[in-house]
Formats: sequence, structure tokens, C-alpha cells
Amino acid sequence: MTGSTVAQLENAVKRYGAVTALDGVDLHVHRGELLALLGVNGAGKTTAVSLLLGLQRPDGGRARLFDLDPQSLAARRRVGVMLQDAMLQAVLRVDELIRLTSSYYPQPLSLQEVARRAGIEELLPRHYGKLSGGQKRRVQFALAICADPEILFLDEPTVGLDHGARTAMWKSLRELVARGCSIVLTTHYLEEAEALADRVAVLSRGRIVAEGSVDEIRAHVAQRRIRCISELNLEMLRGWPGVTQARRDGERLEVAGDEIEAVLRRMLAADPNLRELEVRRAGLAEAFVEITTDAEARTQRKEAA
Amino acid sequence: MDTALRMSSARVAHAWLTEAKYEFLRLLRTPSFALPTILFPSMFYILFGVLLNDGSRHGYGVAAHLLASYSAFGVMAPGLFGFGVVVAMEREHGLLTLKRALPMPPGAYLLAKMLMAMLFAAIVVMLLMLLAATLGHVRMPPGNWIALLITAVLGVLPFCAIGLFIGTRVGAQGAPAVVNLIYLPMSFLSGLWIPLQFLPRFLQQIAPLWPAYHLGQIALSASGQDGDHRTALHAAVLAGFSLAFFALAQRGLRRAG
Repeated sequence: MTGSTVAQLENAVKRYGAVTALDGVDLHVHRGELLALLGVNGAGKTTAVSLLLGLQRPDGGRARLFDLDPQSLAARRRVGVMLQDAMLQAVLRVDELIRLTSSYYPQPLSLQEVARRAGIEELLPRHYGKLSGGQKRRVQFALAICADPEILFLDEPTVGLDHGARTAMWKSLRELVARGCSIVLTTHYLEEAEALADRVAVLSRGRIVAEGSVDEIRAHVAQRRIRCISELNLEMLRGWPGVTQARRDGERLEVAGDEIEAVLRRMLAADPNLRELEVRRAGLAEAFVEITTDAEARTQRKEAA
Repeated sequence: MDTALRMSSARVAHAWLTEAKYEFLRLLRTPSFALPTILFPSMFYILFGVLLNDGSRHGYGVAAHLLASYSAFGVMAPGLFGFGVVVAMEREHGLLTLKRALPMPPGAYLLAKMLMAMLFAAIVVMLLMLLAATLGHVRMPPGNWIALLITAVLGVLPFCAIGLFIGTRVGAQGAPAVVNLIYLPMSFLSGLWIPLQFLPRFLQQIAPLWPAYHLGQIALSASGQDGDHRTALHAAVLAGFSLAFFALAQRGLRRAG
């Protein structure tokens, strides 16, 4: 393990009966980086996180946290966790929940500092069960950072948050990373990964099918898209070289292709009335869809063969 | 290892106590648990030990007998419900998983619940004693009062183990029903509601199968009454029940993770 690696999976395999949830995954989390795990439901994100947290043992390969067994107390004392569907004790007040969780750590932050960092000062005297979904997520986030962890695992942290709260949490996450905290984030909000992640790993059917910076993942999709308002005929466009896809969305036309400059020149020549022109590179969302569909198609071909 | 990450023993003790304190607060703030647990035995006592007790022939005996048997009945609840229903809920709601990911000191989870159950048992029994001494006119040497209190506080433990076992096997929806299905019939079959000698002979013969019977016998002896005074034997049987169910539950808990 290199000095900067804080958590890793080495060829990790996890099976549930006949289902292989993780099928030989290698994953490194470096100090001070935010790694986003992307994947559709059932791709293996949560299983990967539970192996790293020591909630489950891998059937093959291994999981390490700070080069320790993830189940060891020494490793867990350096970790903060926010799980997706943990229901906390509804009748306890928020300050009591923070005190309780803080008591597990050797050197937790003060109650006020935790509340300030999570932006929940006004929630402290409230009973957890009486909070809204978004407020509960913020309290869970406060519990996750109550001991200033070196690595933070966040399973879908912003589900149920309104726009303001989500932006506030993104800000807190950036501050944590700036202070050197590593963060592993699972999300299905691609814009969240796009806004925050230093590195992205895309899981599909228990395997990592793409890994790299947001730009590198985006580059998996060489295509760019033209959107415009035009009367051009779809059949004709599809016959042009360089066009891989053409479709109509109301009065808007969307054309995707590899050599988009040449296509664009030809379109402008063919339709003098073309307007509201827009050309853009594929976002993470398109890259993600393409990567996972490719991976699934490959698996299906393999299974068929 | 980094010294900052070591827990001093004072800090570990603090974590245990914090866990126990909030477990207690939490159950106290859950009326559906706290009210029946604390009030039912006392209500039964007022009804059968005081109001319906004519006091003519063996009135004093009835009030004292019911103090012992309702004590046993009363301490079963915090163990069975506090573990059975609560663990089932926490397992299903993901709280147990979260706690396993947190650096909670080993044993704190069960220890906190155990302390909580013992505290509830003490409250239940002291309330019964207060009623017995005032409304029931029960008079006993101080040693018997203390022995009964100790019986109650320790007697909750086998029911904690049974509750824990239920909590690791049954879902949150089914747990209250399963616990009641065990709690109420076992109390009856162990002679905690109606003294055993008034039950059919067959039920008397199988009574030693039920842990509540043994606790009831200890409680009768502790309060200086017509128990069979084989306290050591009954205590050993209860210890056996505790260990067996605890071991079974441990297997379930590991699987639940």
C-alpha cells in the first residue's frame, strides 16, 4: 500500500448466494481526495462501501483501511459514516445523538463545533423524529463528521435535500477535502460527482468499468452534440458521414457525432434558417449511460457466448 | 499506533455510560414501552392484591404472595420487550449496521441495554414494594425486601437473553406479537397470576420448563414465603437459560451484520 492510500479493495469478491455483487474490484482511495462511486442500483456501490467499512467480509481478495483490518476499532476511530437508510433513535434530541456518537471516539470535536460545521445549530434541541427528511440527512452528516475523521463514507448524502441544503453540504464537503479528509461518496446524482469528485469510479454488475477524473470519464465519450432549431430531414442527416445519431425533440434537432465540425458546416450550408445553435461535449451523465450500457452489452454477449 | 487514537479506560467507561443513559432516556420517552412496563404490574397488584383481596382469611398472605409473583411478572417485560422489540427494530432499521461501522466500544450496545433493563426492573419492583407496604399492609424483615429487589434486578437477565434471541430472529413488525405470545402465556403457566397449586396437575408438572417459574420461586423464597427454598438450583437453571439464549443470539447477531 502506498503512503497516500487510506482505503483499498484488492481484487475484492462478494457473493450473496448465486448473485455476485462484487466481481474482483480493485479500488484505492487516496488521502485528501473525493472519490465518487457511480453505478445504477445493484451495481455494487453499497457492497463496495460495506467491505471498506468492515460491515461485511469479502469472499475473495481483501479490504484494508489505513492498512488495518476495517473491522478493527483502531481503523473505525478514524472513519466517519453516513449510511443511506439508517433510522436513528427518533425520541432522542439532536444534541443527544451527537453526544452519543461523539462518546465512541477518543477525541471528538465539541458539540458546538460539530453543529457549526454541519450547519445544524438551530436543530440541536429538536427531537430527531420530528425533523424533515432533509434535516435528518444534515444531522446524519453531523454525526459522520463529529470526530473530524480522516476518511468519510457517504452513501447518497444529498437524497431528500432541497437545493439550498445540497449546496451547503457540497460546500462542507469541499472544506473537508481541503483540510485533507478523504471522502468516498456514492451517488446517483451525476452533477454531484461532476461538481465534487477528484476521481470517479463507475461500477457495473460488480466490476469497475471506468475509473479516472471527471474529464477522463467524459473523454470515454468522444462524441459531441449539436442542438438547434432546424427543418432538416432526419433520414438525410443519418446518412451523412460522421453522424452517429439524429433525433427530433419538438422543433429541436439533436445530432451526435464524432467529427462534429464537418457535420456542423454541412448543416449550416443545408439550412440557412438554422438557429439557436448549441454544441457541447457529453456530460458525465451521457458518459455514464454509455459506459454502463457498453459494459452490460459486453456481459450479455459473453453470457450468450 | 497514533496515541491520539487510543481510548483511555475512563473514556471507554464514559462511552458505556453515555450509551446506557441514552438507551434509558429513549425508552422512558417511548410511552408504549415505559407505561405498560412500569404500570401494568402495579395496576394488577392494586386490583388483585388490594381491592379484590378481602383480607379476611389469608389476606396478608395474598398481598405478600402477589408481591413476589408480580415482581417476577414485572421484571420479565423490560428484558423481553427492551431487547426483543428494540433489537428487532434496530436491526431492521439499519441502526445496528451503523453502530457496527462506528467505533462503539465492544459490548457497549448490549451492556447499555442490560443496564437499562435492570434499572427498569428495579423501578417496577420498588413501585410494587411501595404499594405492598402501604396499601397491601405487607410486613417483612428488611432482609427480605432487599433480597426481593436483588432477585428482580438480576432476574431480568435471562429475559434479556431470551429477548435478544427473539430480536435477532424476528422482524420489527412481528417482534411485539412474538414477545407477547411468550410473555403472557409463560407468566400464567409459571403460576405468576394464579398460584400453581390452583392450576391443573399437568401444568404444575411442566412448570419447571419455563424460566419464569424459576424466577417466581426465587422471588417467593426471597420474600420469606412458601417457595421451595431451592434458590441455588433455580438460579442455576436461570443462568443456564441466559447463557444458552445469549449464545444463540450471538450467532444471529453476527449474521444480522
